Amino acid sequence: MDLSTRYLGLALRTPLVASSSPMTGSLDGLRRLEDAGIAAVVLPSLFEEQLTHEALAIHDALDAGAGIFAEATEYHPDLTHYDTGPDGYLELVHRAKQSLGVPVVASLNGTTLGGWVEHARLIEKAGADALELNLYQVAADPAHDAAALEAREIELIETVRAGIEIPLAVKLSPYYTALGHFARRAATAGAQGLVLFNRFYQPDLDLETLDVVPNLVLSRSEEVRLSLRWIAILRRRLSASLAASSGVHTADDVLKLLLAGADATMMTSALLERGAAILPELEKAVALWLEAREYESVEQMKGSVSQAAVADPEAFERANYRKTLRSWSSGWR
Amino acid sequence: MSPLPNIACIDGNEAAARIAHRLAEVIAIYPITPASPMGEHADAWSAKAQANLWGTVPEVIELQSEAGAAGVLHGAVQAGALATSFTASQGLLLMLPNLFKIAGELTPFVLHVAARTLATHALSIFGDHSDVMAARTTGMAMLCASSVQEAHDFALVAHAATLRSRVPFLHFFDGFRTSHEVGRVELLGDDDLRALVDEAAILAHRARRLTPDAPVLRGTAQNPDVFFQAREAANVFHAAVPGVVESCFDALAARTGRRYGLVDYVGAPDAERVLVLMGSGAGAASECVDALAACGEKVGLAIVRLFRPFPSEALLAAIPRSARAVAVLDRTKEPGATGEPLYQDVVTAFAESERAMPRITGGRYGLASKEFTPAMAKGVLDELSKPDAKRHFTIGIADDVSHTSLTWDRAFSTEGEGVRALFFGLGSDGTVGAAKSTVSIIATETPLFAQGYFVYDSKKSGAVTVSHVRFGPKPIRSTYQIERADFLAVHHFDLLARMDVLERAADGARLLVNCPYEPAEAWDHLPRDVQEQILAKKMELWVIDADRVAREVGMGKRINTVMQPCFFALSGVLPRERALEAIRRSIEKAYAKRGPAVVARNLAAVERATGEMHRVELPAGATSPLLRRAPVPADSPDFVQRITAMLLAGKGELLPVSALPVDGTFPTGTAQFEKRAIASEIPLWDPSICIDCGKCALVCPHAAIRMKVYPEGSLGDAPEGFLSKPFRSRELPGFALTIQVAPDDCTGCGVCVDTCPAKSKSEVKHKAINMAPAPGNREAERPNFEYFLTIPELDRAALDPGIVKHAQTREPLFEFSGACAGCGETPYLKLLSQLFGDRMLVANATGCSSIYGGNLPTTPWSRNRDGRGPAWANSLFEDNAEFGLGMRLAYERARDEARRLLAELAPKVGESLAREILGETATDDAAIARQRERVAALEAALAANPEPAAARLLSLADDLVRKSVWIVGGDGWAYDIGYPGLDHVLASGRDVNVIVLDTQVYSNTGGQASKATPRGAVAKFAASGKSAGRKDLGLIASAYGNVYVAQVAIGADDAQTLKALLEADAWPGPSLVIAYSTCIAHGIDMTTSMTHQRDAAKSGFWPLWRYHPGSDPHQQPFRLDSRAPSMPLRAFAEKEARFAMLMRSDPQRADELLALAQQDADERWRHYTQLAGLERSVVAAVRPPGAPAPEPGAAKTVEEEE
Repeated sequence: MDLSTRYLGLALRTPLVASSSPMTGSLDGLRRLEDAGIAAVVLPSLFEEQLTHEALAIHDALDAGAGIFAEATEYHPDLTHYDTGPDGYLELVHRAKQSLGVPVVASLNGTTLGGWVEHARLIEKAGADALELNLYQVAADPAHDAAALEAREIELIETVRAGIEIPLAVKLSPYYTALGHFARRAATAGAQGLVLFNRFYQPDLDLETLDVVPNLVLSRSEEVRLSLRWIAILRRRLSASLAASSGVHTADDVLKLLLAGADATMMTSALLERGAAILPELEKAVALWLEAREYESVEQMKGSVSQAAVADPEAFERANYRKTLRSWSSGWR
Repeated sequence: MSPLPNIACIDGNEAAARIAHRLAEVIAIYPITPASPMGEHADAWSAKAQANLWGTVPEVIELQSEAGAAGVLHGAVQAGALATSFTASQGLLLMLPNLFKIAGELTPFVLHVAARTLATHALSIFGDHSDVMAARTTGMAMLCASSVQEAHDFALVAHAATLRSRVPFLHFFDGFRTSHEVGRVELLGDDDLRALVDEAAILAHRARRLTPDAPVLRGTAQNPDVFFQAREAANVFHAAVPGVVESCFDALAARTGRRYGLVDYVGAPDAERVLVLMGSGAGAASECVDALAACGEKVGLAIVRLFRPFPSEALLAAIPRSARAVAVLDRTKEPGATGEPLYQDVVTAFAESERAMPRITGGRYGLASKEFTPAMAKGVLDELSKPDAKRHFTIGIADDVSHTSLTWDRAFSTEGEGVRALFFGLGSDGTVGAAKSTVSIIATETPLFAQGYFVYDSKKSGAVTVSHVRFGPKPIRSTYQIERADFLAVHHFDLLARMDVLERAADGARLLVNCPYEPAEAWDHLPRDVQEQILAKKMELWVIDADRVAREVGMGKRINTVMQPCFFALSGVLPRERALEAIRRSIEKAYAKRGPAVVARNLAAVERATGEMHRVELPAGATSPLLRRAPVPADSPDFVQRITAMLLAGKGELLPVSALPVDGTFPTGTAQFEKRAIASEIPLWDPSICIDCGKCALVCPHAAIRMKVYPEGSLGDAPEGFLSKPFRSRELPGFALTIQVAPDDCTGCGVCVDTCPAKSKSEVKHKAINMAPAPGNREAERPNFEYFLTIPELDRAALDPGIVKHAQTREPLFEFSGACAGCGETPYLKLLSQLFGDRMLVANATGCSSIYGGNLPTTPWSRNRDGRGPAWANSLFEDNAEFGLGMRLAYERARDEARRLLAELAPKVGESLAREILGETATDDAAIARQRERVAALEAALAANPEPAAARLLSLADDLVRKSVWIVGGDGWAYDIGYPGLDHVLASGRDVNVIVLDTQVYSNTGGQASKATPRGAVAKFAASGKSAGRKDLGLIASAYGNVYVAQVAIGADDAQTLKALLEADAWPGPSLVIAYSTCIAHGIDMTTSMTHQRDAAKSGFWPLWRYHPGSDPHQQPFRLDSRAPSMPLRAFAEKEARFAMLMRSDPQRADELLALAQQDADERWRHYTQLAGLERSVVAAVRPPGAPAPEPGAAKTVEEEE
């Protein structure tokens, strides 16, 4: 069965792609994924805010107590380097590219325009096959309107696009008032692909201490439906590649997303929970499903149940709730 | 402009270490101030795989003490290695036995010493020659460098000469004055090293090595028949040393143009009065001699370079025959001698020569880095003019007791061309770093010479630093502090009110002040005396709000890169744009590896700086009603007013000999008079939210949060705004509670607020205690704190101290220490003082706790209203357990003698009183109070009794009340240097209590690794991350079976800590409490100093446990107080820079080490859980031989109370 697909202009052996996760942050993990048959990998994000934070934290720690007391003019040895800049990340890109045969997509999460562009260039230079911009912000300030925020993001996409040659994907959050419109603007601004969606870190409360605590919860299959809907809606409206992210756990998830129109299906939680070993099983199950239904290839089935391809396009929009109720009630009436 | 080739701006330590590391194969080290940086450099260079001259990376190994290091070095040189080390002071003393051996065996070896005084009546970290003089009989050759350049050059000469001569060399230079002075050094290249180091001599050294391929025997035991002759057999080697050193000096001169002699002479060729000295004082003395000689005075100076073997011929050749009076200056003291060592050598050299004997006098100067200035040198030369010049004198002090001191003309100055700048900084605001950077820029980027010297405070929090920076067109020989500055920068406005900053300002000097006020308002905020000085000295006043600029560019409190460009702009040392370019380059160089964000922010600060600087127009007269603050309150005790206040004001130099205690004894309870007011924020209490837990007071490292309970309604005259709430306690109904901040003593660390568990029901960020800006609140809280102190202390017996909040109602007798803000050690000591302070002797090992505990001017150890409190002493670093045991033995002998005398005198003092005293077996506070009352009655009875036995008993009667000896020290002491003694003391079975304030590094000397350092942590001497796991000291001690052991972390489980301290005190045998102490060397936010410890326990990094011995055969003495680890070790480690640094710099090694560290934790937990099920009982009675059997029932005190 021909499972190959094209994503961002890159030829992938299958649609199964490993999304940013600790597993893609080490060469060991990357090799395990490739050995298990992954079609492409997305490295963890080079997170500009984190870099800045770490640099300042190291700076603070090295300076703490320095130059105060005659017996101890500082308290830490000054090491040769601290990898608070992008060097360690670029090294990972470089080594991943050297050791893997599958495409290596780097990921970038900036906070300043300068940071975005500079880091994107360095990532390209380090050999990444493509770059994924991780647009991630909580628009918490009531003084900032949506139009201005969106305009800034579009400018950012345009600037990064102009600065590099390699394919560019943009990973979006679902929290746009007019997501379709923004997706089109992003594509027009130069994104050859959209990744749907970012999963936000959601803070939690500790009832014992009343502290706000970070809480990273792995996704579940149910979450795939958000991507499913939007991929189905956008499939025939945009020429950009579409990748599904969040909630891809099973072969069924993969198949549904492909039918909706995804060019690639990205996994994090499933790999973290069950390891790279699930990849052959998934691939086999996808192939079996296709064979059983006499599809020729993934390309053939991609988008065949997208909004534009179904008899009832409304099903992907507002009507879901009512229809569901009706179908229920018809059951017991 | 590119940096000059072969020029570096380094300090004396680095200058020496660079050579030592290039010429060694084995380097055994141990930290000691001021030599530690040499070892740190060597360790860091080897960690970076920096090779020596022959291409191999020197092995750098840290030992448990200098004695251990010396043993390793001895072995290394015996086995043919090129070995070296670095030390000072007590460290050198610990090496002496091996130095005799190494010299006796004629083995090439170099020891670099940053010379420091020895602890006598007091410890001092500062420089003089007392240590090296104690080594002068070892047989080592001794070569003395007197400047940073010489420390570099002579290091090479020492390494070269030892190989050529076979005599080991002690190369020394003055601690701090040379070891820590930064300046321009012309570096020696590898070719220079190769030119001096004789390869054939290295081969010969190797040929003598111990090897089974050509076996020999060395280190025999010899008898009267031959020992003497054999000792004389080496004479020819020692005799050859001066010639060898001269030839090395010649070779050095041929390559570098820098010419040195065994003894160098400066001054008039026909000098009649000549000074002789060695070390950094040569700089000041040569300035003086040159200045006087230029005016036609016939004066000279002989600088001794080689001290052992003493080069008599060279000395005589150096001193002109015209000399009729010679003054020999020794930087050491040898009580009872006919004169100090150099003096004696010079006298002997003349006496043994054919020359007519000039009048030779000898004097002491510069002990413990006491300033030695050209004016003092002139004072000595002036004295030599007198026909009856004092034979033995001191210079630099006023000796009004023995009248040894010479006077000197303080107005005499030799400061010539160039600029002199003083920078006054506060805390870690980066002032010292900026000053070093400034010196480096000038020294390496301009043709100018530059010098930086840094004077530090005795405190670790809110400390004042003064950076002395000189630069000019000629080499700088001024080895003394700047006396008249052309430029002064005050980096913290409040310093103007705290100290006499402008005392050293020259007329017309420029003053730059970091000023939080608008330029137009700046003048009015200056104290009146400062205004008057500015006007009288016709100074220029410039201001900049550097804090605001630093904040705005994201630099936080670091104002260094804001102030530095302003200095360059005002001093004109470089054209402004070139200066800015040089600063930018230095920022790139210093910070690039820390990350682009750090560089960017520093650069942003530089860009903003000079534009924000404003000149203040001066009015005609002083306008301010404010005056500089008095150093101590007017109602302080007499000693504090006369002595302490002078020290606090920075005028201790002016105190005469008669003002000081003759034996190093000082009053306690003096920190309370400092009122440093260093906090920018102070905590305020909200009684409406408080749950009375006492945790804020418990964790306060500075005893600045106090808790008192008192009968409700007893606050009749409280000031308005004094807060109170009902005390929730079943034991004490009808009582009220106040939590009060000591507003001038708080450091603003925020630990209390971080720890407070009580949060507002409507807004969780508001707690029962909250930080608030100090200005305004400090003034408001002052009367409250004063009133708080007047509230009577609760009867100690009223509440069981075994509950945290009860313990916190007790008066701390350890208060307001100058430890780092957020210190993890001091809460333990404060708690100890609350529990046992009124009957406690403290033996304190050298280290952080001896510094914040006993570094003048003041001490936090305090006394209660009855005058009782901890009695404290420090002996050494290595002997503290034994020192404490000695105190215990003395107390027990006194107690037993008192009991014997009391039994004997019972008929005279009253049988029933005697019976009650002798029969008291309870140890609680009520029993102690009862016993004190009885002893008071006894003393009254004895006072009237004329018998000698009564007088004897009267002198010992206090010891009839139970005392506790607490042996206090850090992990460097307990795990490493003091371990053999600690082990012996624990094995003795005697009733001593040991608390180890375990910061897992040598904190006081700057964070060097100890055996307590955990695997994977980066520390100095473990720059690539410590490979070995930490030693389990508690488990080792518990193996004895009769030692009470507890591993505690007060921030993780305060109740367990409290229980452990009480149990340790109650256990009638040895007790060891190992107390986890957070430290700035861990690289955590010290505001979380206490709450962070929860993760230490939770991750299994620091499990809490107690080993409580007892006699029940079925008891299980090992109690695991922690829960099973519930978070990965990595999650804990990631929050500490000591681990996180390695994760950044070498992630692979960090991963490997942390995986092992996780296994350490897992295995430790598995081991402990098994121990927790084991039954074991104490076999032997815990009673020294000859001691009376305990009263029936007394043993119950050791039984578990649970």
